Amino acid sequence: MLKTFNIGGVHPEENKLSANAPIEILPYPKTMIIPVAQSLGAPSIPVVEKGAKVKTGQLIAKGEGFIASNIHSPVTGTVTKIDDALDSSGYKRKAIFIDVDAEEWEEGIDTSADLKKEITLSSEEIVNKIKEKGIVGLGGATFPSHVKMMVPQGKKAEVLIINAVECEPYLTSDHRLMLEKADEIMVGVSIIMKALNVTRAIIGIENNKPDAIAHLSKIAANFKGIEVVALKVKYPQGAEKQLIKAAINREVPSGKLPIEVGAVVQNVGTAFAVYEAVQKNKPLIERVVTITGKGLKKPSNLMVRIGTPVTLLIEHAGGMPEKTGKVINGGPMMGKALNSVDVPVVKGTSGIVVVQDEETKREEVYNCIRCGKCVSVCPMGLEPYLLAVVSEQEKLEEAEKDRIMDCMECGSCHYTCPSGRPLLDYLRVGKNKIMRSRKK
Amino acid sequence: MGILTVSGSPHVHGKQDVKKIMRGVIIALIPAMLVSFWFFGIGAIVLTLTAVASCMLFEFLIQKYFLKGKVTITDGSAIITGLLLAFNVPSSLPIWQMIIGSFVAIAIAKMTYGGLGKNPFNPALVGRVFLLISFPVDMTTWPIPHAIFSTAPVADAITGPTALGVVKEGLMKGESLSQLMSNVPSYTDMFIGNIGGSLGEISGLAIILGGIYMLIRKIITWHIPATFIGSTVIFTGILWLINPEKFADPVFHVLAGGLLLGALFMATDMVTSPMSAKGMIIFGVGCGVLTVLIRTWGAYPEGVSFAILLMNVCTPLINKAFKPKKFGEVVKNG
Repeated sequence: MLKTFNIGGVHPEENKLSANAPIEILPYPKTMIIPVAQSLGAPSIPVVEKGAKVKTGQLIAKGEGFIASNIHSPVTGTVTKIDDALDSSGYKRKAIFIDVDAEEWEEGIDTSADLKKEITLSSEEIVNKIKEKGIVGLGGATFPSHVKMMVPQGKKAEVLIINAVECEPYLTSDHRLMLEKADEIMVGVSIIMKALNVTRAIIGIENNKPDAIAHLSKIAANFKGIEVVALKVKYPQGAEKQLIKAAINREVPSGKLPIEVGAVVQNVGTAFAVYEAVQKNKPLIERVVTITGKGLKKPSNLMVRIGTPVTLLIEHAGGMPEKTGKVINGGPMMGKALNSVDVPVVKGTSGIVVVQDEETKREEVYNCIRCGKCVSVCPMGLEPYLLAVVSEQEKLEEAEKDRIMDCMECGSCHYTCPSGRPLLDYLRVGKNKIMRSRKK
Repeated sequence: MGILTVSGSPHVHGKQDVKKIMRGVIIALIPAMLVSFWFFGIGAIVLTLTAVASCMLFEFLIQKYFLKGKVTITDGSAIITGLLLAFNVPSSLPIWQMIIGSFVAIAIAKMTYGGLGKNPFNPALVGRVFLLISFPVDMTTWPIPHAIFSTAPVADAITGPTALGVVKEGLMKGESLSQLMSNVPSYTDMFIGNIGGSLGEISGLAIILGGIYMLIRKIITWHIPATFIGSTVIFTGILWLINPEKFADPVFHVLAGGLLLGALFMATDMVTSPMSAKGMIIFGVGCGVLTVLIRTWGAYPEGVSFAILLMNVCTPLINKAFKPKKFGEVVKNG
């Protein structure tokens, strides 16, 4: 029997429309907008000024603080202004505007496609390199990768788990990357293993990607300590705690980090970025983005420079379809609906899903019929119906006692509710109120 | 390009909704309904239609003219209440009593609490128990089944006690079970439905078919039916092993009366049963144990309705006491 996590979960329609579309390079426009807040933690501080000439791969904003990351110029050109620009959150935030010239790479970056297998850097040098090159978690959470590689004192990393689950419907960027860049990924995994000083890595892939499982298994045989594990298709298996449970059957305690059970989880796309940073000296200035949706003529997987507006991706896929309801940054289960397609692609953009009005329309809301389906699908074993009520009534202590803060907002409860109740909306309100009262 | 919609995730929804669930339950009730039409004829058809129509009408009138709010009779829940109420009465029940029962079920047991989802008790069972207490004679006069198209001559006696009634009465008179069982229909007849009883409870086969359909469609889970029936079998089995002359065997208890109907269609009512798997198991066992207690030592020959209603009372407490297992709560690392 295939491995999976033990509590709850749902199986939304997979709709992996772009699974067979090879990664294409998307040309970028004349002006690029690079937001300075692209990772979890503090926004980066710009180190270039208006009028500065920048090369591709040059540092333009520096991460200051423990949880922060560097940002590099994705193009060669001139900084025209540093100003507020709409980003995918729907808010205006600080961004660096660059007018594009002919491409010239920063010195020391290896842009060739040659595979470099030999790892020459030490553990410490690897972590520094990853920090310097602005690598963040590419699964969507954008947690600075180097922070995860610094194991806190008293804890020991035993196993590296590579998240290649891609449990969100529609998204295929990791899937394509695994098929096309498997060797690089394996070297990337080996690098992270060396940095963490672990001898074992597990790559978890859901069973709806048999080609990727077969391909990676074959290549993993040439690398020491890397094992590919097929997982049963179940959302949200790509959530860190659920993946750890599925892969090594350990439960991360409530409110604790994976290192508590000796695990470190990195996304498969991050492993590729780590390879490029460490072996090729290349900063994170581009990534694979899936552009997909049932109304699109050509759902695709694109190698996109950071700062490219979303609208160009949609144009590449055949233009905005009629009856578009939402454009989602990320997958349809956890992604954020964009209010404008003029926002730039950032490090955390794993996909853009253009959803038809019909598909995304919210259902008519009925009374809760107490069917308990939300309880049975919650992967954290919570009682969403109850948490929704206590959140609405602002009984925050009760909500905390019933572990509302364990909710990772996977949306399985709302997805499954036959009464169409927006349970997660209520839970978010409750969580926000608790966070605010904690800060006081 | 139109304006984009912005709202919180998730942006897609599963396929199940309230109307589909209710439709599924109605489909699952059809086999048992057809069996009742077959064996009880026109009386069953009239009663079923009366119950469904009056349940829908009362809900409509209350929502439209009393609460002056949204009318939700199309969600299908009133139809189910009507069907289940009809399933729980004898085919000879006067129509006016059926209408009163429907009123109690919908107006008192459902709408006073706020309608679908808010009622603590199964409305059809409240209606049934109300009728049983108010009209005990009419509610316990059981026409003998006679297939509508059968040409066999109708026997003189047109009514008779149910199998549970025969056993209960006989045991109270001090008769032994080996004598009594000869007056009880064969288990095959009980399984197919060729016995006296309430409309919907007579055919174990038809009810099980409906139950399997609901399980496949994921409208119900195994927890309540399996533990309800299982605990009844175990409890009556123990009693039977102790003294087979005084206590009827488990197969009899499963096939006679409303156990299967109750376990698959009444106890599984989402609104009035617990939320978590653990809670459902406790609920099912409670229903089973109470049913056996009432059947064996209580005043009534049948205890399924009372057992379920009593467990309905416990549901909020069960929900509080038996929380689902939380992720990361019990840490077993290996």
